[in-house]
Amino acid sequence: MHGLMNRAIQAFVCNTYGRDRWIEVIERAGLGFTEFEAMLVYEDEQSQKVLAELSRELDRPLMEILEDMGTFLVSHPQLEPLRRLLRFGGVTYEEFLHSLDDLPDRARLAVSDLHIPPMELREHTGGQFSLSCGPDLPGFSSVMVGVLRAMADDYGALVILDLQGREGETEIISITLIETAFAEGRSFDLGARAG
Amino acid sequence: MTATHDLLKILDTLCPMYVLLGDSGHIRQVGPTLQKLRPDQPMQGQRFLELFELNRPRCVEGMSCLLKRAGAKLHLSFRDDPRTALKGVLVPLPGNQGAIVNLSFGISVLDAVRDYALTSADFSATDLTIELLYLVEAKSAAMEASRMLNLRLQGAMIAAEEQAFTDTLTGLKNRRAMDHILGRLLDRASRFSLMHIDLDFFKSVNDTYGHAAGDFVLQHVAHVMVEETRSSDTVARVGGDEFVLIFDGLQDADILDRIARRIIARLEEPIRYNGEICRISASVGTTLFEPGSGADAARLLHEADVALYAAKNAGRAQHFFFDASLDAEDMDQKEAG
Repeated sequence: MHGLMNRAIQAFVCNTYGRDRWIEVIERAGLGFTEFEAMLVYEDEQSQKVLAELSRELDRPLMEILEDMGTFLVSHPQLEPLRRLLRFGGVTYEEFLHSLDDLPDRARLAVSDLHIPPMELREHTGGQFSLSCGPDLPGFSSVMVGVLRAMADDYGALVILDLQGREGETEIISITLIETAFAEGRSFDLGARAG
Repeated sequence: MTATHDLLKILDTLCPMYVLLGDSGHIRQVGPTLQKLRPDQPMQGQRFLELFELNRPRCVEGMSCLLKRAGAKLHLSFRDDPRTALKGVLVPLPGNQGAIVNLSFGISVLDAVRDYALTSADFSATDLTIELLYLVEAKSAAMEASRMLNLRLQGAMIAAEEQAFTDTLTGLKNRRAMDHILGRLLDRASRFSLMHIDLDFFKSVNDTYGHAAGDFVLQHVAHVMVEETRSSDTVARVGGDEFVLIFDGLQDADILDRIARRIIARLEEPIRYNGEICRISASVGTTLFEPGSGADAARLLHEADVALYAAKNAGRAQHFFFDASLDAEDMDQKEAG
């Protein structure tokens, strides 16, 4: 798994539960280091060890933790650049949803070895959507539920999200868009260029 | 006229930075995004070349000149501040009815988006500007992450190199560092002197008072040698109780002899360690490097070694310079032994 993703896990744990907790977790994972480098690539197994230890340490199901992490990634001020990059996807939440198909390619354009699982959005009637997340990154759909929820707040949209389960190896998130302009949302100034 | 009106509606969506010019070169209509750049100054009715300056290709004569540039890439900028640079292309309308100029920001788009608070809605849906802005931000973030990694790696590399060239007990340079410096001086054909110092009675300090006392004495010795030399000289610990000093640019025998004797005298002063008094001394052999002599590092170290053993043989606490006769004796002794 790419260092950026591992680094995201690290940032989430440090900010939410404190750095001591992170040191505890990563030392028990036994990787031989305490800091992930954002620009290096790590074995998937290393990341899975950390996540398993995290789940044990917090005594919470991993899916729940990953969902919180997804929300953290979009809403924490330290990760403002990431929120901005996601907001480039569209002017409305609906446009943003449709831009998710392009997200893996966009990510690769920025960092050529950053692999994000393929996603496909299907639009049903009455504001219903379903997003299928490719199989190659376990837990990715849980992270996406958190991301989609936080982005809805960001756009000021009201949505109901549900991790429906699997279709073979693919995991499906169902999205019900109840209102696009439910709340004010956060501003997105094209020219602001987050540091 | 209706036809023109409908056409302009289409242009608003397809290229929201268009300018419709009349045959006299006055602006008849502009796209909504272009007008947004000068909100308090309606562009309609102004002369195009009074609002914009054509930088390349140069044009001063007005509309007829502009029309000659049809189809070519135009480099323009606003005449008033902010003097945003624009790119454009002009297409004449049929029947001498004027022309349409389509403008875009080109590379100035990064500043323009900020200066004019532009949003996605200000660009046509097929315009790549949003993707460009996305890329700039994504790449900057990735570059920053890479830069941080590089800084950390560089710090680690410097620390590793220093460790690799430092004797950890004394903080002096180690054998590797000495080899490295000696090689560089030889490559540069500098004039320098090489002094080999061997401690006397050090083994008995180790045997009598233990290794901790021995380590303390070595640290003291290192301290003395650093104090008695210039910061540009090299002081290296090359063996258990052996040291090599290299004096770049110094070959004056009197000065070298004074340095050697001062070091010996200071090392002979009693060293207190944990209530015990440790006594050592030192023998010193020195050789001078003559550029062009063909001597290499091994040869110089051998010469200093020969001088050192001559000093030891002459009784402790002596300083000898190398000369060829010593080497002959050395050979004789070796052959005899």
